[in-house]
Amino acid sequence: MALDSKIPKGPLADKWTNHKNEINLVNPANKRLIDVIVVGTGLAGGSAAATLAELGYNVKAFCFQDSPRRAHSIAAQGGINAAKNYQGDGDSTYRLFYDTVKGGDYRSREANVHRLAEVSTNIIDQCVAQGVPFARDYGGLLDNRSFGGVLVSRTFYAKGQTGQQLLLGAYSAMNRQIGRGKIKMFTRHEMLDVVIVDGKARGIIARNLVTGEIERHSAHAVVLGTGGYGNAFYLSTYAMGSNVTAAWKAHKRGAYFANPCYTQIHPTCIPVSGDHQSKLTLMSESLRNDGRIWVPKHKKDVEAIREGSLKPTDLAEEDRDYYLERRYPAFGNLVPRDVASRAAKERCDEGYGVNKTGEAVYLDFASAFMRYGKEQAHVKGLDENDESLVKKLGQEIVKNKYGNLFQMYEKIVDQNPYETPMMIYPAVHYTMGGIWVDYNLMTTVPGLYCIGEANFSDHGANRLGASALMQGLADGYFVLPYTIGDYLADDIRTGPISTDSKEFDEAEKSATDIIDKLVNNEGTHSVDYFHKKLGKIMWNKCGMARNEKDLKEAITEIAELRAEFWKDVKIPGKADEYNEELAKAGRVADFLELGELFAKDALVREESAGGHFREEYQTPEGEAMRRKEFQFVSAWEYKGEPKDAVLHKEDLVYENIEVKERSYK
Amino acid sequence: MNLTLKIWRQKNASDKGKIVDYPMSDVSPDMSFLEMLDVLNQELIDKGEEPIAFDHDCREGICGMCSMYVNGRAHGPDSMITVCQLHMRSFNDGDTIFIEPWRATAFPVIKDLIVDRSAFDRIQHAGGFISVNTSGNTQDANAIPIEKENADKAFDAATCIGCGACVASCKNSSAMLFVSAKVSQFALLPQGQVEATDRVLNMVKQMDEEGFGNCTNTGACEVECPKGISLENIARMNREYLAASFKG
Repeated sequence: MALDSKIPKGPLADKWTNHKNEINLVNPANKRLIDVIVVGTGLAGGSAAATLAELGYNVKAFCFQDSPRRAHSIAAQGGINAAKNYQGDGDSTYRLFYDTVKGGDYRSREANVHRLAEVSTNIIDQCVAQGVPFARDYGGLLDNRSFGGVLVSRTFYAKGQTGQQLLLGAYSAMNRQIGRGKIKMFTRHEMLDVVIVDGKARGIIARNLVTGEIERHSAHAVVLGTGGYGNAFYLSTYAMGSNVTAAWKAHKRGAYFANPCYTQIHPTCIPVSGDHQSKLTLMSESLRNDGRIWVPKHKKDVEAIREGSLKPTDLAEEDRDYYLERRYPAFGNLVPRDVASRAAKERCDEGYGVNKTGEAVYLDFASAFMRYGKEQAHVKGLDENDESLVKKLGQEIVKNKYGNLFQMYEKIVDQNPYETPMMIYPAVHYTMGGIWVDYNLMTTVPGLYCIGEANFSDHGANRLGASALMQGLADGYFVLPYTIGDYLADDIRTGPISTDSKEFDEAEKSATDIIDKLVNNEGTHSVDYFHKKLGKIMWNKCGMARNEKDLKEAITEIAELRAEFWKDVKIPGKADEYNEELAKAGRVADFLELGELFAKDALVREESAGGHFREEYQTPEGEAMRRKEFQFVSAWEYKGEPKDAVLHKEDLVYENIEVKERSYK
Repeated sequence: MNLTLKIWRQKNASDKGKIVDYPMSDVSPDMSFLEMLDVLNQELIDKGEEPIAFDHDCREGICGMCSMYVNGRAHGPDSMITVCQLHMRSFNDGDTIFIEPWRATAFPVIKDLIVDRSAFDRIQHAGGFISVNTSGNTQDANAIPIEKENADKAFDAATCIGCGACVASCKNSSAMLFVSAKVSQFALLPQGQVEATDRVLNMVKQMDEEGFGNCTNTGACEVECPKGISLENIARMNREYLAASFKG
């Protein structure tokens, strides 16, 4: 099948408006006759479910957590971008569009990104109307901060809990529709398969995680807002339950999977402390507004710090290497995430890591305390030369901005970041790759849509900070609810979809076969045993730097591990009860397939772009080297084993942006 | 360090349930409390026993999924954290630790340490929202300035994670702190004024129907709340409720 991205004709800035004017609509009376399933209740799924219900569709929403409010969007910290230009610093829709395409290393679709930038301002208006308590200045107007990879202040925030506040906004919009009976909510349910009838997505198979019951649910269209697949790495900043199962099952039913190798390794996370570790915790990128990243200049100081004989606060300024400021004077500590992560790895690989494992760098707020403190002292007419007073005043300001992050750090690491610099190291945080979708957010399966992090569309090879929340809400509030109408307009006379069909029989059987096989397997190792092994392979061979040899090994090793998993996994308990090990096993089984495709995709992409860094393709200074012949989206078609997947290419055409070497110097 | 865990095991909602002892050895102080339970669960699985079921997801204190008493205290001995943020360095070698599910009529046990908190969702369905459709034509976000103090207070109330520790800590199993956090958030914002009357009446009505007890101003909820939601919110909700009752 040839890929048709369905990008509307006409000038870039008019495409979305013209498209909305031209697509088919469903009249309000007919919307009542149409059912839509939304899987996942994060920013994308939650906002889509609420908006579809407001429009009049009958929505069934599913989440595996005990409440839609717990989706992992809740953990997003720093903020959400919007081209409001409230700061008057030269921001515009075009700049947001340009920064996003450049930040994505010229591997995203111009038309999609421009639409994202256009609707970004509506998101902020909508959220404020819902009662989302964004940070405000003393004049009562909305405040902004800066994020990596841009030269303007366009990030709206609510302390370090922006994701929480936005998700609770979407959750409240859902609650209103649940109360009206327009959304039927299924919590503690996991989607196990998508059902295709006559070539169209017409429902899902879901498992009730409390009773173990397998359920059939039908609809005229199915929307997946099920998030990213970073948990393939085992350790990541994702929630424990985040998984690829819905997306992967859709892939197996015909949805192409795009750019699986584009993964974001976030530069500022709390370093790994030991083997027992179950997850990693992010320290928001917003901290790079005020924190400076450094390691010691000299190896002897590194040794002394590791032994504990030297405190980082006692190291003189001239003995510190603020390596981001040194290498990238224009953007300094606010370079994009991929660049910052690789720079940290470079220093640590050279032996400058500051903790026992050698995998940590400092994020230091000392100069921010003094800068803010001086300002406060001046405003309050206090002594600007009293260092301890200035420091205290400055700490108050920083506490107001990032208080919860500092508290979180102290609880985990048991060190006070107001007194000593934070230690940070990159960790898996987001996946830019995902299910391939056209301009309407429809996958290669008619009637199956994919939104938010689960799709591939807007971030290219690297996502800029505060753009995930923007994309999730753009897709859910402002894009999908309109584009889906174009498809559903043909379904107004279809009537309810029966679940009593051979297609539902087959999909249910396929789901129960997997469950039966897992619970009856008399193996010797737990699910986590295999998941941890997969994570090691992914991190060591498909992580921040990749090469042909490692990737080939990863492909073989993952295939072997998968075979071992099916032979030797051990699941206690039964299928017809609450059984977390069984749920985990199904997810890890899918990660074990996705992981192989991931490595294969990384192997085929013989260039470096954004989060995908191939050691063979770098400039003499060690920067990523893109290659013109790889200016395409890799969309993989499922053909049985991951190794048999067939590659389809969607060429990326840049008509409005000149493709240049991405420089942050 | 070595520990003795006394954990509530209950097969399902109809099972009676009981405390079971589990000795733990070689626990690292750097582990989180839930990672310690992960280790125990791996041991149980290896022995062919059923692991302990507990709710957890983000493991960074924000999703509100994790929920258990540790030595009788919601989320354990440390303050301003959820149990997923509790670390074993808060315990000593040789300690005996009791681990139990939330106890409240409105939170029935599903299995082991997992309870059903859908009552919280139903309270939100009754009024925890502002009725605004998604149109793309909503007025500009800066059209109504909001006094910083009110915006900050609304934010503080809105940081509630819906974990249920307030109910679990209350001798009356009252949900007043939870409900008042949402009522306060909207009461402090101009956008929330239009529906203020119905909101507070409907949410309180639903709260009562779910079987939560009343508030007797003990303040245990505020002490145990991992997000430090203030009792002021309950006072504000009472004012809102009173005003709404006269109007309504």
